[in-house]
Amino acid sequence: MSRFSKMFEGWRGERQWSAFSPEINSREFIDLSHGTLLYLENITVSFDGFKALDKLDLYIDKGELRCIIGANGAGKTTMMDVVTGKLRPDSGTAFLGQTVNLLNMSESEISEVGIGRKFQKPTVLENFSVFDNLELSLHADRSVKAALFARLTGEQRDRIEEVLEIIGLKTERERIAGNLSHGQKQWLEIGILLIQDPYLLLVDEPVAGMTVQETERTAELLTSLAGERSVVVVEHDMEFVRSIANIVTVLHQGSVLAEGTMNEIQEDPKVKEVYLGSTESSS
Amino acid sequence: MQSKSFIIETLQGDTGGRILIAVLLASCLIFPVFNLFVPESSVFHISTYLVTLFGKYLCFALLALALDLAWGYCGILSLGHGAFFALGGYGMGMYLMRQIGDRGVYGDPLLPDFMVFLNWTELPWYWNGFNNFGFAMLMAAFVPGLLAFVFGWLAFRSRVTGVYLSIILQALTYALMLAFFRNEMGFGGNNGLTDFKDIVGFNLQSDVTRAVLFVITGLILIFVYLFCRHIVKSKFGRVVVSIRDAESRMRFIGYKVENYKTSVFVLSALIAGIAGALYVPFVGIINPGEFAPLNSIEIVIWVAIGGRSTLYGAVLGAILVNYAKTRFTAVLPEVWLFALGGLFIFVTLFLPKGLVGFFSDVKEKMRKKA
Ligand SMILES: Nc1ncnc2c1ncn2[C@@H]1O[C@H](COP(=O)(O)OP(=O)(O)OP(=O)(O)O)[C@@H](O)[C@H]1O
Ligand SMILES: [Mg+2]
Repeated sequence: MSRFSKMFEGWRGERQWSAFSPEINSREFIDLSHGTLLYLENITVSFDGFKALDKLDLYIDKGELRCIIGANGAGKTTMMDVVTGKLRPDSGTAFLGQTVNLLNMSESEISEVGIGRKFQKPTVLENFSVFDNLELSLHADRSVKAALFARLTGEQRDRIEEVLEIIGLKTERERIAGNLSHGQKQWLEIGILLIQDPYLLLVDEPVAGMTVQETERTAELLTSLAGERSVVVVEHDMEFVRSIANIVTVLHQGSVLAEGTMNEIQEDPKVKEVYLGSTESSS
Repeated sequence: MQSKSFIIETLQGDTGGRILIAVLLASCLIFPVFNLFVPESSVFHISTYLVTLFGKYLCFALLALALDLAWGYCGILSLGHGAFFALGGYGMGMYLMRQIGDRGVYGDPLLPDFMVFLNWTELPWYWNGFNNFGFAMLMAAFVPGLLAFVFGWLAFRSRVTGVYLSIILQALTYALMLAFFRNEMGFGGNNGLTDFKDIVGFNLQSDVTRAVLFVITGLILIFVYLFCRHIVKSKFGRVVVSIRDAESRMRFIGYKVENYKTSVFVLSALIAGIAGALYVPFVGIINPGEFAPLNSIEIVIWVAIGGRSTLYGAVLGAILVNYAKTRFTAVLPEVWLFALGGLFIFVTLFLPKGLVGFFSDVKEKMRKKA
């Protein structure tokens, strides 16, 4: 029953945008007048009684670069699942700006409205070239009809070149994405997000498995992206977090344990007890 | 001029496709000429039996092409394509049935024999219009397309995938088979539709009609091949392949995956319906047996053996397997299913990319050595 009603919900939403306002992108309805981009309030997600998120509150400002840390299973990926529409929380609210209710929208609608996501495991379109990956991700009409008759415009081509430059894959543009190195795939995936012109980038463990040089490049990349858009980075690598973050949020057992600058976090007795103490001794 | 450059552009980098189209064009010439103009006494004579047989294979090839579009490119492992094929076949069958007119056993000018036999006094409403060839052909494609649309709309929106989808489609074709077996359905029950006389005024039994049907089927296969190739090369095709390989990535990029899957599925069902409609004049009968779940599985095997996601592999697989089937069932009919099953397992284990994949791997190795 609930699946059925959801089905119709999606259908209705789609019709609204396409039938009544074909030219207006739904992004234009986003209201950022209060300076806050993302509001998560009181979000609870449980799996068979186990609470992966427990009354989570999280606010992300416009243009902010936020790092989220937390032990394995703290609920970081689950939080991203909620924001991107993959999971519906049991309770709570999620808004983009003042007006856009994320909990009513499907994954594709949320992406359209300007939230891009990098998966924990790098996921690119393995069968296609780097260029094609970006072409298919361009912020453009996503309908079947548009895809059947699509031709790249000069402007779009320039945009692809621009993103290739930003992610440092200009010389790799013709390579098949499946043959890229692990680090290059991570960058390509960030490019896939970037070329959609999102307001918010959610980046799950971008430097896992990267060399020191690659990690440094990624830090530069992510820092350069913030400002114009908001970036939320989930990472375990403390050095990396220290090098990019202004404000760090510590998640623990599905809710926020502490929030502040890296130094504040490290001095926080609660954090010392449950998180930093254990990672520092292990690494 | 323009259509020529379109064909060249479409076939760019598709060596297999070019060979296939050359062979098909040659067959469209050779089969009718050697059938109609070479005397029967000559060794070069091609019998009408062979024309009919290979005409059937071309229909199967079209069906395999349809499945490859859905399965090979979009990852929809449909075990129900036999149903779309059979529905298209019934569309043609209904037209041919009405062409019989008063030449049936009972001589009723309007009602087909089986209806007279059931003591029906008037034509069921859904038989109206089927005396018109254009309308009947439209329905032969439209009805499978509509069924695919309704099914796809429900299944893909509820995110039914993988083995569940395959099983539901098997159930669908099985249910249709049972329904078409029933006399009250008005499709001739278990005898189906048969005893056809002529098609658009030409005697179905004549050699010339058979030869023309063969050529038309061959040309349609070429046209559909080019169409499918064009589709898979477009941005739409690349989106579809990406959905097959990384569905959730595509959702998060913002594609409405269900719309793309439904489109491919409907397109595939339309082609399967056309294949079914072309098939019936060759075999002269359509009955509920065409809905048998096993038929749908066989289509998957043709495509797997030929090689998935190449389009020409599907055509090759359909023709080779069916030729083998004809040969085999003539000698050892009871062994055929075991042979087919064994072949399928062999191909899955040792030739995961099918025959065409195997050949291109061999070619690649030779090139490396040289
Ligand atoms: N689909 C699911 N079904 C059941 N439990 C789940 C599911 N997804 C996540 N969980 C559980 O929810 C908790 C939070 O998982 P989540 O993936 O959000 O952690 P994380 O903070 O991203 O951890 P990691 O650092 O390992 O990526 C874990 O205990 C996990 O086992
Ligand atoms: Mg995680």
